[in-house]
Amino acid sequence: MSDNLMLENAALQVEEALPESMNPVEPFLRSERIPHIWCPGCGIGTTVNCFARAVMDSKLDPNKIAVVSGIGCSGRVAGYVNLDSFHTTHGRAIPFATGLKLANPELTVVVYSGDGDLASIGGNHLIHAARRNLDIKVICVNNLIYAMTGGQSAATTPESCTTATSPYGTFEPTLNLPHLLEAAGATFIARWTTYHVMQLAKTMKEALLHKGFSFIEIISPCPTLFQRRNQMGDGLETMKFYKEHGKTKHGADTASLDMTKSGDIIIGKFVEKKDRPEYIDHMREYYTQKLGRPFEYQVKTC
Amino acid sequence: MLTEIRFAGFGGQGILLAANIVGKAAALFQGGHATLTQSYGPEARGGASSAQLLISDEPILYPYTTQEDILVVLSQEAFAKFAPGMKPTGLLIVEEELVRVSDLPPTVHVFSIPATRLAEELGKRVVLNVVIVGFLAALTHIITKEAYLEALKASVPKALLDLNLRAFEKGYACGLSARQREALPEETAVSEPAWSEP
Amino acid sequence: MPADPKAVLTGVHFLNGDVACCEGALAAGARFAAGYPITPSTEIVERFASRAPEVGGVFIQMEDELAASIALQGAVWGGAKSFTVTSGPGFSLMMEHVGYAAMTETPCVFVDVQRGGPSTGLPTLPAQGDMMQARWGSHGDYEVIALCPNSPQECFDLTIKCFNWAEDYRNPVVLLMDECVGHMTEKVVIPPAEQIDVTPRHLTDKRPGDYLPFKPCDNLVPEMAHAGDGYRFHITGVTHDERGYLAVTSQAQDKLVRRLCDKIRSAADQLTLVEEEGTEDADVVVVSYGITSRVAERAIRMARERGLKVGKLRLITIWPFPENRVRAVARRVKTLVVPELNLGQMVYEVERVAGGLARTVGVTHAGGGVHRPEDILAAIVEGAQ
Repeated sequence: MSDNLMLENAALQVEEALPESMNPVEPFLRSERIPHIWCPGCGIGTTVNCFARAVMDSKLDPNKIAVVSGIGCSGRVAGYVNLDSFHTTHGRAIPFATGLKLANPELTVVVYSGDGDLASIGGNHLIHAARRNLDIKVICVNNLIYAMTGGQSAATTPESCTTATSPYGTFEPTLNLPHLLEAAGATFIARWTTYHVMQLAKTMKEALLHKGFSFIEIISPCPTLFQRRNQMGDGLETMKFYKEHGKTKHGADTASLDMTKSGDIIIGKFVEKKDRPEYIDHMREYYTQKLGRPFEYQVKTC
Repeated sequence: MLTEIRFAGFGGQGILLAANIVGKAAALFQGGHATLTQSYGPEARGGASSAQLLISDEPILYPYTTQEDILVVLSQEAFAKFAPGMKPTGLLIVEEELVRVSDLPPTVHVFSIPATRLAEELGKRVVLNVVIVGFLAALTHIITKEAYLEALKASVPKALLDLNLRAFEKGYACGLSARQREALPEETAVSEPAWSEP
Repeated sequence: MPADPKAVLTGVHFLNGDVACCEGALAAGARFAAGYPITPSTEIVERFASRAPEVGGVFIQMEDELAASIALQGAVWGGAKSFTVTSGPGFSLMMEHVGYAAMTETPCVFVDVQRGGPSTGLPTLPAQGDMMQARWGSHGDYEVIALCPNSPQECFDLTIKCFNWAEDYRNPVVLLMDECVGHMTEKVVIPPAEQIDVTPRHLTDKRPGDYLPFKPCDNLVPEMAHAGDGYRFHITGVTHDERGYLAVTSQAQDKLVRRLCDKIRSAADQLTLVEEEGTEDADVVVVSYGITSRVAERAIRMARERGLKVGKLRLITIWPFPENRVRAVARRVKTLVVPELNLGQMVYEVERVAGGLARTVGVTHAGGGVHRPEDILAAIVEGAQ
C-alpha cells in the first residue's frame, strides 16, 4: 500500500469516525460558516449552543423551524443555524416573523436578536407582538450595549456605565424588559445569564413548545466593549459575576427585575400563562363565529 | 354629451351615496359613462361633504366638474360655496327647509323639495338622499327611471330596499308635479336626454 | 394559471380606484396584506379587511409602516402572495424595506396612493410627487418595476400585473396611484376567474442541498423556496453569494448588485406598457401618466381643434423608464410636453432620453388638484412653434 493510499484510508477512517466524535449540536449549525464573528468571551455562541440543544430536546422537526434575526452581533445568529433563516433589517425581525408565522402557522418561528435591535429600534414591534400573543419565540441576547457598532450605550445599559457614547457614564434610566413584556401581554417570560446554560436550554425548549408570544432575555457579556470599558474583567470573570449575582426567583414580580451595574441579576421563569388565546387560534375561532361557518384560513397559496 | 353634476351638503346627509346611485345608474344600467369624485378629508367628516359626478355617452377624461349643469345643495353653506360656479342656465335643486336661495341669475332653474321632512314622514330620516335622487330623476331625462331603480337595488341593503323605493317614488312624484308647475322649458340642457332616449 | 374563482368578484361594478386595486390583489392571489392607516390609501386595506376572511385570508394592521412593509415580506417567504398599501409619509417610512425586497429578491407589491408632499403635505389631495422616490427612495443601487394607472379599471388590471411581474422578476413592484384615481369611482369590469392570468411563484424543483436561493436562471432571476420546505436556506440583506451567505467584498457586491439591476434593465422592453396615439406626423407629443394623462388628453383634443398636430404618449410603465418608446417618438417631433403633478420629476427622464432629438418642456403643478387643460394647451401651442 502506497503512503498516499494509506493516508487516504486513514482520512476516510477519521471521517467515518466523525459522527461519533461530532458535537451533538453540529447538525444544527452551518459548520461551513465557522469560524463565527463573535469575540473571545462573547456569550452569544453559548446561547446558540443552548438553542441547538433545546431544538433537539423539543423533538420538533428542524425543517419546520425558522429563525429570524435583526441586525447586530446577535442578529448574526440566523446565519449560523442550519435552519430556514432570515437576516432582516435593523429592528424589524419581529414584524417579519409576524408575516412568516401568519403565512404558515405550521412553522415554529424564532426571533433571535439583541437588546438594541429588539428593545430600542424595534421596541414598538416587541410591544405589539406581545399584545397580539402571536406564537413567536423571541430570544433576546442582552449584552447591555450596542456591540457591533462599537460599544455605544443602549436602552438597557445600567446607570453609571461607560460606553462609547457615554464617556462620562450613563445616566438615563433603563428598560426592564420582562416587566415591559408582561405589561404588553407576553405569555411566557424568562431571564437567564450565559452562565446558566442548563436552565437556559430547558427554558428555550419550554418556549419552543409554548403556544403564544414567548420572550427569553439572556444576560450576556460583551468583554470587548462593555466589561473592558467598565473594568469588569474578561469573559471568565463575568461568568463568576453571573454565578454569584444570578439569583433564581421563579415567578418573581417582573417589576422587581431592574438591573444595576454590579447588583444581583434576578433570573428564572417569571410568567407562563395559558389563559390568553394565541393570535391565530383566536382569529380562527373569532371569524368562524362571525362568518357563521368554518373560517378556512389559508394564506399560503403558492 | 357631458353633464356635470355636483351634490353638496354636510356629513350624514348621504351625499356620496346619492351621487353613487346616479353614477351607477348611468354607468351600469344605461350603458353610459360616469366618473364620480368626492371632496375628501377632515372637512368631509361630519362637516362639509361634496361629490362631483360627470356622466356622458363617451369616455370621460377630465375627472372634475368645471361648471355644473346640475347642482344639488342640501345646506346653506354648500349653496353659498357652489351656486356661483354653476352654469347660468343650469338646474339647481335645493333642500327647501335648509337652503334659502338668493342672488342667482334668473336663468337658473331652481327646484326645491323638503327632502328631510319627507324622509322623516317615511319613517327614516337617512333616506332623504334617495328622496333627492327621485326628485332629480323626475326633473331630468338624462337617465331612465328603470336605470335609477336598478342602481338603487344594487346600492342599498335588501332589508332597507322597500323603504328606499318608497323614498325614491316620493321624490319622483314631487319632481313630476314640480316640473308641471314650473313648466321647465324643453330646450334647457338639463331637460333633454343626454343620450339614449328612454 | 387562472385566478381562484373564490376571490374574483366577476361582474360589472361601480368602484373607486382603491377598492378596484384591492379586488385586483385578491384576483391576483393575495391573501395577506399588512398595512397602517393613511389617507388616501386606507380604503384599499379597509376593503381587504372586509373581504379577506371570506376567502381565508388575513389583513393585519401593523403598528407602523416599517412593520407593515416587512411583515409582507415575511409572509412571502412563508408562501403567501402579499402586499402593503400606503401614501405620502408612509411610503417614506417603507423605503428601507423596498431596498430589502430588492436585495433579497422578495416578490411583493407596494401600493402608493400619492398625495401632496413633502412631509404631511396635502393628505387628502392628489399629487404625483413620489415618482422618483419609487425609483430611488432606498439607498444603494437597485431597480424596481412601477406602474401608473389612470382609472379604477386600470387599478384593477394593473394590480394583477404588479403581482405577476413581482413573481416573474422576484422583485418589488410598485403601483403608483394618486388620490384622484384612488378616490374616483367609475365602471370596473371584473372578468371571470378563468380569464384572469395569474403567475404562480417560480418555486424550485431542486432537492435540498442542490438549491441555491440566489443562483440566477438564464433570465438572471433565481428560483424561490419557502420556509418549511426543507431547504434550510438563508436570506439576508447583507451583500451575499448565491448561497445567501454574507460576502462583504467589492467583488461579491459587483456581481450581486449588477445582476439585481440587469435582471430588470435587460427586460425593460417586455416591461414597457404605453399608450401611443397620433405621434406619426405630430409636431408635439404630450408625454404623461396617471391622472394627468386624462387631463392631457383633453388638452390634446383642444389643440387638435385648433389644427395643431399633437400626439400622445401615455406611460403606464414608469420604471423601468420606457426609454426606447420615448426615444422613438423624440426622433419624429419638435417638442415633448410633459405635464405632471410635481415640480419636475419624470420630465428629466424624458429630457435625458430625448436630449438632442427634441425639445422637452415640463408643465408643473405642485399638487392639490389637477392641471387646468388650458395650461397644458399653452405648452402644446408654444411647443408647436
